[in-house]
Amino acid sequence: MTGIRLVRLLEADGTPVEDERHPLPPPEVLLDSYRALVLGRRLNQQASALVRQGKLAVYPSSHGQEACQVAAAAALRDGDWLFPTYRDSIAAMERGVDPVEVLMMLRGDWHCGYDPLAHRVAPQSTPLATQLLHAVGVAHAARLKGEDTVVMALCGDGATSEGDFHEALNFAAVFAAPVVFLVQNNKYAISVPLARQSAAPTLAHKGIGYGVPAELVDGNDAAALTAVLGAAVERAASGGGPTLVEADTYRVEAHTNADDATRYRSDDEVEQWRERDPLVRLRFYLRSTGHLDDAAEAEFTEAAERAATRVREGISAEVPLDPAELFAHVYATRTPQLAAQEELLRAELAAGEDGR
Amino acid sequence: MSSAAKMTMAQAINTALRDAMTADESVVVFGEDVGPLGGVFRVTDGLTADFGEQRCFDTPLAESGIIGLAIGMAMNGMRPVVEMQFDAFAYPAFEQITSHLAKMANRTRGRVRLPVVVRVPYAGGIGGVEHHCDSSEGYYAHTPGLTVVAPATNEDAYGLLRAAIESPDPVIFLEPKKHYFAPEEVDTTRAVAPIGRAVVRRSGADATLIAYGPSVPVALAAAELAASEGHDLGVVDLRSIVPFDDETVMAEVRRTGRAVVVAEAQGFASVASEIAARVAEQCFHYLEAPVRRVTGFDIPYPPPKLEQHHLPSVERILDAVDDLQWDPA
Repeated sequence: MTGIRLVRLLEADGTPVEDERHPLPPPEVLLDSYRALVLGRRLNQQASALVRQGKLAVYPSSHGQEACQVAAAAALRDGDWLFPTYRDSIAAMERGVDPVEVLMMLRGDWHCGYDPLAHRVAPQSTPLATQLLHAVGVAHAARLKGEDTVVMALCGDGATSEGDFHEALNFAAVFAAPVVFLVQNNKYAISVPLARQSAAPTLAHKGIGYGVPAELVDGNDAAALTAVLGAAVERAASGGGPTLVEADTYRVEAHTNADDATRYRSDDEVEQWRERDPLVRLRFYLRSTGHLDDAAEAEFTEAAERAATRVREGISAEVPLDPAELFAHVYATRTPQLAAQEELLRAELAAGEDGR
Repeated sequence: MSSAAKMTMAQAINTALRDAMTADESVVVFGEDVGPLGGVFRVTDGLTADFGEQRCFDTPLAESGIIGLAIGMAMNGMRPVVEMQFDAFAYPAFEQITSHLAKMANRTRGRVRLPVVVRVPYAGGIGGVEHHCDSSEGYYAHTPGLTVVAPATNEDAYGLLRAAIESPDPVIFLEPKKHYFAPEEVDTTRAVAPIGRAVVRRSGADATLIAYGPSVPVALAAAELAASEGHDLGVVDLRSIVPFDDETVMAEVRRTGRAVVVAEAQGFASVASEIAARVAEQCFHYLEAPVRRVTGFDIPYPPPKLEQHHLPSVERILDAVDDLQWDPA
């Protein structure tokens, strides 16, 4: 296990690479990955545009990391769980959550706009690494109940410095919990570079100390991610316990619109990573092997455009919020004190004193 | 199943866990040393043997991990009851408790409720070394979304824990360590104690002592002594800190016109301060004297040989009572 060696199944120009550990996924699977990549890229662009238009408060884009997003979602089966972070909106959408509901948090309507239980997609976590422990809990409960549910838990390189990352890996290993930890190493935690997060040879090496099998994969290679994550899900489902997967990728855009990435990284560096674009790579492969024709490409683009339009319209549509809802969910039954505070707010609203 | 018997608070809690685990298969118990050892206070004694490894198990030594695991298991249909071993050892779990356990229901508009009970052996008076005697209720009571209960009697420990396990919301269950090994009569067939209701432990006409957890017996002892000195003091046992039972507390204070709040925790920005403020706001026109607080000093919990100076004592309570602007006899 100490010999951690990068898994890459497609070169940046789409040329297949032989790897004795993982076969190249079949073309129909990769064609669907490409469909999802086109959609994910378009929705990333759309959400960023909505920030510039003032319709969303903020959007942490996964531009450049879309291969991780779609492969993580596609690796899961019906009934499996996804634990996304704030940067994993595309993965949540790929698991079937309405994009408008995903973005509701960033529009400011509520902290989580979708039903986590209906989709088996946990609320997007803004604290780092805390959700990894919840993922282990869901997985451990599934095992106790005799279900073969697998949980995909996402985090970034910065989160691997948090104590909860350590505790989650350790708990998962000790309990043989069916969790796949996918670390999207996009090289920056806002501004702080990877070298300041860890002195380990790779983040995948962290699995060794916990007794968790680990793999390092080219995070811009959808084929490699599909193979590695698929194998990890299969092992977890069959009682083989957790896997740590480090995806070597890059955050092409700034942390959010509020960030100025020119303060801590060079344009040259960004440009080098743009050349390793996950869409371009998979497209080259599918086109050169004749699995992607103009008709399919047009269909994917149009579907993505329709989805973007729905997001635009959905986010632009004002949904009235009831301020009294602030008191509705804190406890299953409102405490007498919250009931009194709700009455106070209602009275203020009725009197027109609170014009906010 | 169980009925009236002499039992310690540790046994009462153990019985509540057993009865809850028998009644509901989704109840699971875990934490540090709660398995074969039965917990450092033996509260979970025999649970692993009787219910199996899957229902009561040891975890790695990591409190944040324990709460995080409980959150996930609750998301997947279980009712975890976890032990934090000692009050101050729960602090590594602070983020999981305050940012996640407490907020999940609100964050998800009530779609994901977390029926998790966090058992915390708490408070002092046992000669414990540092980090083993904190009164940490203020941190939890200040966090919306948490229910916070602190039993003062062994029967309440049973009833409130059963209620806590049945609650759809996360409950911080504070167990006064000082009471673990003192036997009392416990009738487990009585109705489960409702969370959010205080109880009048002693009716008094002259002043009301308001206490919870380990301070209740001290307040009762003070009332007993005061009776021999001519003051008829009542004692209200809060049982639940959150939700707070304004109704019972204020009814008593309005009747007596005088109030002393008794709590072990340091007084600044404390639960005792909140109670004093509420009494002042809601009973001002009934009060004959300012509300007094008798609390621990604003210091880190003292070493064992000095703790008796820190803890609210019968004498300190009676001194406060003497200050309540009595009419000259």
